[in-house]
Amino acid sequence: MSLGDNGGTAAAERAVTEAHRREWAFVLAATARVVGDLDVAEECVQDAYLAALETWAREGVPRRPGAWLTTTAKRRALDVLRRERILRAKMPLLVEPGEVEMDEFDGESIPDDRLRLIFTCCHPALAREAQVALTLRLVCGVSTADIARVFLVSEPTMAARVTRAKKKISVARIPYRVPDAAELPERLDTVLSVVHLLYTTGHTASSGTDLVRADVIDHALNLARMILALMPDEPEVRGLLALVLLTDARRATRTDAQGRLLLLEEQDRSGWDRAAIEEGGRLLAGAFRTGRVGRYTLQAAIACLHAVAVSYAATDWHHILRLYDQLLSVWPSPVVALNRAVAVSMVAGPQAALDELDALERDGRLAGYHYLPAIRADLLRRLDRPGEAAVAYRAALDLADNEAEREFLAARLSEAVDPGSGRSPEG
Amino acid sequence: MPQYAVVVYQPAPADPMEISAEYAEALERYPAQVEELGGRGVAGYALQPSTTATAVRGDIITDGPFVEAKEVVAGFFVLEAPDLDVALKIAKLNPVYLDGGGVEVRPLFVPPAE
Repeated sequence: MSLGDNGGTAAAERAVTEAHRREWAFVLAATARVVGDLDVAEECVQDAYLAALETWAREGVPRRPGAWLTTTAKRRALDVLRRERILRAKMPLLVEPGEVEMDEFDGESIPDDRLRLIFTCCHPALAREAQVALTLRLVCGVSTADIARVFLVSEPTMAARVTRAKKKISVARIPYRVPDAAELPERLDTVLSVVHLLYTTGHTASSGTDLVRADVIDHALNLARMILALMPDEPEVRGLLALVLLTDARRATRTDAQGRLLLLEEQDRSGWDRAAIEEGGRLLAGAFRTGRVGRYTLQAAIACLHAVAVSYAATDWHHILRLYDQLLSVWPSPVVALNRAVAVSMVAGPQAALDELDALERDGRLAGYHYLPAIRADLLRRLDRPGEAAVAYRAALDLADNEAEREFLAARLSEAVDPGSGRSPEG
Repeated sequence: MPQYAVVVYQPAPADPMEISAEYAEALERYPAQVEELGGRGVAGYALQPSTTATAVRGDIITDGPFVEAKEVVAGFFVLEAPDLDVALKIAKLNPVYLDGGGVEVRPLFVPPAE
């Protein structure tokens, strides 16, 4: 069958889009290792995708698009390096000796270097914001303009941030490798934090009117899946993917039709994504079976108990509280202690939780965190102390940035000030 | 092999005659640890306390270190290491933390080849 011009072009476009989504990281990681320069590799991988559009439309889509793209990108990169004679002059990416084969062109046996790329992007010597930006750009293939939009900075600012980070990798000689066993736990934790931060960035856009950024969540999910496929024996990777799936299963019900934020207890549980909950539950069971339970697995277990409960009241709060105790022991963070206080309120009543909050307030580390006064306000509301609740709602409103969350707090505030205002006029 | 400056910071005034016995003792062991981890000390210096420093900005001369801060430069050494991971491992073992200090690791500038 011969393809007409339009048919070939359309098929090539589809194949290139698909290859961009599925193989970008693989192609870039392999190219970077061979050419030893992230910048040149990135440019040449982009060129290879452009070339694919034209060549594949003319000659058909190759059997293994990823291998075709990698080989094309590597050839271009080596040409660029030879032409510019920067092979020696530039600081090459540090790859362990004996591993670089400049003529590795057979396309059949391209080693998977994605883990090197991920660990390099998430190196602890880079600032957290640079780690996230580099991971989005180099591992997920997101354009600098799109990354800038996610983090609400201008495109030149984001471009400068990415360039600075790449320059540091090359000048400070951050090695292009997977850390050794001794360093791995700590380094993997950094990688997982980056993926989790990306997820939370999408889950609650820190400002703006939309609560959720679906594209950012998808990148976080894809990254977690990629890392799990590459490191199947690490329980915390499994735990993180489970956490993202189980939390994201509630995405559709987190706001109402007007974009107003709905609390867990108000959400329509029939709208939760059952397939995601089941997959999350299976992953979670796998992580627990290893006996090495870390903070992501424990958070996922808490999310799972919420996801499988038939109602807010029927949730297994005693089990949740035990998991929070365990979580606090492996991860003594004041934010965990704050969330634990909510579980305390469901097991031992709002007054007991209020005492925990007092302790957290004295601790001071959560100053400026709007969920602290927001939770205090809710506990006071439940204790029927509207005057004090109003003060706390105002404090939370002063600190919150997200429009959906602000609207929710404002509505609760007016209810506290005027108990009739929250109900419909007919009510 | 790349070279890094390891700049050692300590609470002011960072007097080398006032360091703790614990720190002094650990410093004795440090060069062997550097070699063991695959690094090499190229050169190193400790400085007199920051109270002896004089800052010069063009024509203006002022008493004290260039940047007023709670922590000041106490010394520095040039470290040769295969990559940043090794340099950071070596930096982590620097015993200055025993006296409440820390270090900054910064690659030396290599002029681009012609």
